[in-house]
Amino acid sequence: MAGFIVRRLLGGLLLLVVVSAVTFVIFTVFPSTDPALLRAGRQPTQEIIAQIRIDLGLDKPYLTQFVDYVTGVFTQFDLGRSYVSGRRPVADEIFDNLPATLWLTAGAVVLWLTVGLSIGILAAVRHRSIFDRLSIGLSLIAVSAPVYWLGLVSLYLFAPEGGALGVEFLGGQGAYQIGQPIGERIQALVLPWCVLAASFAAIYSRLMRGSLLEVMGEDYIRTARAKGVSEGRVILRHGVRSAVTPVVTVLGLDIGILLGGAILTETVFNVPGVGRLAFDAISRGDLPIIQGTVLVGAFFIVILNLLVDVLYAYLDPRVRH
Amino acid sequence: MALLEVKDLRVHFDTDDGVVHAVDGVSYSVDVGRALGVVGESGSGKSVSSLTFLGLTRAKNAHISGEVLFDGRDLLQMSDKELRAIRGEEIAMIFQDPLTSLHPFYCIGDQLAEAVRAHHKVSKSAARDKAVEQLRLVGMPDPRGRLDAYPHEFSGGMRQRTMIAMALINEPRLIIADEPTTALDVTVQAQILELIGRLQQETGTAVILITHDLGVVAEMTQEIAVMYSGRVIERASTTALFAEPQHPYTWGLLRSIPRLDAARDVKLEPIEGRPPSLINRPSGCHFHPRCPYVLEAHKRVDPELEAAGSAEGHVAACLLPPSTRRELWRRLADGQASSQARAAVPMGDSAS
Repeated sequence: MAGFIVRRLLGGLLLLVVVSAVTFVIFTVFPSTDPALLRAGRQPTQEIIAQIRIDLGLDKPYLTQFVDYVTGVFTQFDLGRSYVSGRRPVADEIFDNLPATLWLTAGAVVLWLTVGLSIGILAAVRHRSIFDRLSIGLSLIAVSAPVYWLGLVSLYLFAPEGGALGVEFLGGQGAYQIGQPIGERIQALVLPWCVLAASFAAIYSRLMRGSLLEVMGEDYIRTARAKGVSEGRVILRHGVRSAVTPVVTVLGLDIGILLGGAILTETVFNVPGVGRLAFDAISRGDLPIIQGTVLVGAFFIVILNLLVDVLYAYLDPRVRH
Repeated sequence: MALLEVKDLRVHFDTDDGVVHAVDGVSYSVDVGRALGVVGESGSGKSVSSLTFLGLTRAKNAHISGEVLFDGRDLLQMSDKELRAIRGEEIAMIFQDPLTSLHPFYCIGDQLAEAVRAHHKVSKSAARDKAVEQLRLVGMPDPRGRLDAYPHEFSGGMRQRTMIAMALINEPRLIIADEPTTALDVTVQAQILELIGRLQQETGTAVILITHDLGVVAEMTQEIAVMYSGRVIERASTTALFAEPQHPYTWGLLRSIPRLDAARDVKLEPIEGRPPSLINRPSGCHFHPRCPYVLEAHKRVDPELEAAGSAEGHVAACLLPPSTRRELWRRLADGQASSQARAAVPMGDSAS
């Protein structure tokens, strides 16, 4: 097991280097705007532009720029400096925004797991009933609705000021402030949690339903019933226990992706997370920030992938050899 | 004294392709401490009947009728709750494939303990102790050490021993073994059968042994019911069935087993054709499309189970006259092919 983990970590490291390379190429070699130009203000002269380029280190050959960057990241966690916000270190910007993303992700995960899995289990147990058919329909709606649309509609309906059914308890857009007391932050996150969790809950309920239906047809379920085990225990301890393994695999990936920043949700609700940081940086062509967020996203996916694989061995004893 | 009495059991399933007549009027009984063999091909209804005793075939599209009296109580009328008290405690089942029949994610100790704790309020460690004892009884080496092992870590024979231990752990009065050796190697088959036989003697548990293999039931059972197309087509004591089988299907089964004492050039004669569809069943006698001795009348008339042969309690459902059957079997037992026998014996003539 230890050897397995070490190998995976090394592989992950390699992957991160590759990811940085690809991002670098995309944002440096194919720029939509010259960052120096962006920073230069109105009607810049060629000298000013050239000077800015030297300041930003853009005059060096691409390869040097890339090698400098990579060594910086992996030896000092130095992700460079933002072009825009007063040359703040990218790492600082990201760490400032990370907690909001973590809170957003955690709440959404808890919500979509409880709702999605229970609906999925009930739908499988009451296979082909009205509940089952209704859940299929609802899932379709939840999955098809774009997150930003859902977010805007929910704000329209529930925002405390000006919402059609204004709910005082919930924060409106921009209600989440870094440094607020925890209670207020949770209030501000309730709507974003629901919106973010909606499509995931739908997907997970379908996944759970399908997986459980398949498992309930297995021979060992028949054995459990023939032993006289209660039906509830058969469904949960024998059925769900087996059916949950594909869900865990998908969950790891989804969490990994969300930790890189739920861009749309964070932007609609003005939550200062890594996703919104990335969105702003993209609009401003702030390459170091963009690279930083991509790297952070890739990092979380690698880690979560590894965790999922380790967890899988714990769940399914057959995999352990 | 009958422990289990099955009376005219019928199980039909509504499906998109039509009504499946899985069990179509089956009656047999098992006495306390005795062993009954239920023999038939796949699709004969032998498994569905036993699953139905325990209520494991109940579904919206299932229509179940008849009576299954266990100690005088009709299992078919019981609620799920009442049946759950019986499953694994008074009637236990052993299934065909022990690899898929055991949960892959739980160690065998936990699965055995669960069988105990489903019916008795004991601590987990007490249940595990019982598991160790039971595993020892079925001949597993180092039972205490193996409790935390997972099913996939065992060989097929060991897994089946585990299933047998699980079935016996609450000392049930009846065990239904559904093809317990079919998924195992031949050498292991013998061991498992010997184990089941020995345990049955020692504990006095009644056994229903379901199989497609007549060789398996020959040594282990006192009575045999042969099933075809959802019905019992012959039923007799084991000795009577092997001495004077009364149904052409039974003859076919007996003659498709290779015999050590047969001459080398005698060909094994299989039963022609395939098991009938349970949705669109043949008219008249359901066996007629495959019967080497079929007559026109057999395509129209569905035979009832009637007394047959000389032993008491021997019944068979065949339209051929008893004397004809006697003569046919005499020739078949001698090694003649079915076509030869048919040609030599006057058919459908009740005077001879």
